Amino acid sequence: MVRIFGPLVGLFFAAALLWSFGVGAVQLIREPEPSTAVKDFHLPPKEVKFTFDGPFGTFDKPQLQRGFQVYKEVCSNCHSLKQIAFRNLADLGYNDAEVKAIAKQWGTKAKTFDPKTGDAGERDNTPADHIPAVYYAGTGNPPDLSLITKARHEGPAYVYSLLTGYTTQPAALLKKYPDSATPDGLYYNPYFANLNIAMPAPLTTDGQVTYTDGTKSTVGQMAKDVAAFLTWTAEPKMEKRKQTGWAVLGFLLAATALAYLAKRNIWSDMH
Amino acid sequence: MSFPWAKHYKPSHPLMVWLDEKLPLPRFVHGAIGGGYPVPRNLNYFWNFGVLAGFCLVLQIATGVILAMHYAANSGVAFDSVEHIMRDVNWGWMLRYGHANGASAFFVVVYIHIFRGFFYSSYKAPREMIWLLGVTIFLLMMATAFMGYVLPWGQMSFWGAKVITGLFSAIPIVGEPLQQWLLGGFAPDNAALNRFFSLHFLLPFVIAGVIILHIWALHIPGSSNPTGIDVKQESDTVPFHPYYTAKDGFGLGVFLLIYAAFVFFMPNALGHPDNYIAANPMSTPAHIVPEWYFWPFYAILRAFTADFLFIPAKLMGVLAMFSAILCWFFLPWLDTSPVRSGHYRPLFRKFFYILVLDVLVLGFCGGSPAETKYVLISQIASAYYFLHFLVILPVVSSIEKPEPLPFSITESVLGTDAAATA
Repeated sequence: MVRIFGPLVGLFFAAALLWSFGVGAVQLIREPEPSTAVKDFHLPPKEVKFTFDGPFGTFDKPQLQRGFQVYKEVCSNCHSLKQIAFRNLADLGYNDAEVKAIAKQWGTKAKTFDPKTGDAGERDNTPADHIPAVYYAGTGNPPDLSLITKARHEGPAYVYSLLTGYTTQPAALLKKYPDSATPDGLYYNPYFANLNIAMPAPLTTDGQVTYTDGTKSTVGQMAKDVAAFLTWTAEPKMEKRKQTGWAVLGFLLAATALAYLAKRNIWSDMH
Repeated sequence: MSFPWAKHYKPSHPLMVWLDEKLPLPRFVHGAIGGGYPVPRNLNYFWNFGVLAGFCLVLQIATGVILAMHYAANSGVAFDSVEHIMRDVNWGWMLRYGHANGASAFFVVVYIHIFRGFFYSSYKAPREMIWLLGVTIFLLMMATAFMGYVLPWGQMSFWGAKVITGLFSAIPIVGEPLQQWLLGGFAPDNAALNRFFSLHFLLPFVIAGVIILHIWALHIPGSSNPTGIDVKQESDTVPFHPYYTAKDGFGLGVFLLIYAAFVFFMPNALGHPDNYIAANPMSTPAHIVPEWYFWPFYAILRAFTADFLFIPAKLMGVLAMFSAILCWFFLPWLDTSPVRSGHYRPLFRKFFYILVLDVLVLGFCGGSPAETKYVLISQIASAYYFLHFLVILPVVSSIEKPEPLPFSITESVLGTDAAATA
């Protein structure tokens, strides 16, 4: 029975697939898939090097602090960072007093609610609070940035490329795809998935943020620093992960070598 | 079962003698994976993957049980609870990365184990039951992995759940009510997340149960071997312990080295970035793709693009995707060649390598966006897939002239066998 029905089922599926193939192939020849502006003009992230690249890479704490400053002064006006609590900033090299001060001075205050009176109010943030949500009334929908570098392919390079990639729409694009002109209220950026992003260029001029450590704040430097900072927010345990990894690999290498010798010893009379 | 020369368990310590009378557990272990289980002496490293698969299940249960202590199966907080594990739970990042990459490792190991079975025809008599139970384990693994991927409640979790449960709506008449019943709603939501969590916790223990049956069934005829010929005499076998415990120990070390390299140095390499975006029913990702281990079957599902003989394309795709695995159940009766090992089957061997290539191509297409060129490739590759199992295998086994087999396992290892000339 199996040897009769098996081949029949196989031929049935194969025939259906070849039918689908034929229909698809004819359609492709009659109307080839049109090229689109996105296919022709979207760019992969730029090549950019970070200190945390590779299996030995670590975070550069002064860079993370600069990136945090960029987030605080620029990004945080629209983007939340809800996975991060102020206490986590100690990882960047701030001491307890500095963390307390950063929390206390944070512009968006923590919300309070008094159940006795029903009054809503505000208080200063403490190190235990997460960075408060931002209310954004403009167009577009600014995503939470906590995980952004893990939520995009080649995340750190993507963030850097997006921030430094704003440009005017190429004439070649408008000539080939007249319907794809960037709509009003959007901005052309070839690193963004559909080329037109609702966020206006956030880093526009050198010196927009005044770094306290004396680093020259070019647009490229600010973009790189904030990309590094957002890599830390997405993966704060990265350094511990890699350190643990080397210890684990070292142990496993030794254990596997011993296991191999034991195996050879036991099998020595069997070949 | 055992060969007549299997060593019997002889406890020497009085405590072990006492235990053997009350509960002969050490005797059971001795016979199952100890010195009392004679195994062919010529097993190659492809025979390590059964033990590795068992190890992966234990690894997944161990990490999973601890993750479940910190995870919250509620659509409002599930995504954040996973981030809580990554950030605030001691060693939580290692447990989660270990569990996510553990699933991939489990599938790599099991795919090698299955293809070992294809090449050496491990499914043939007298081992059909082992094979049937193995395919059952694979189906349970797929269900478990799918539901596990939904739990972080990211974008791919949500949309993957929507696409896969949407397959049931292709069934005529009962399809849509069935889909709503499975989900507990009209779309994946809290009800679906809760039941997926419950089942994701349950199914690994069902898998463990079927593995016990799988190993039980294995011990009746004993392990097969690369020559495919039966064990004839004591010199064909070695006791499982210490010979294969030692060999499996080394294999486990190599496996763990590769696994650790992924967990600690590229933990997200096999995942999709979109799953780090919280589930949003209002925003469909540009490309919905499942995890890599489902790609070949996903390619088969998407390969049916035109209605055929009044059967809607979607229904054809669903039928074909399930048939792609269900057809494995019939392999013992489709492949009628009396020779088991691919080493002695020249024609079968060629088609086997084409199948490996074919499945890799299907995997590549399944992971690619649904553009016409990939769909066209996957249609040819899917057609070959079905023809291989259902048409080529039966035909090859009836026309092929196998190469001569060695006299015994001993002869295949040592070059000579005293029993052959006696």
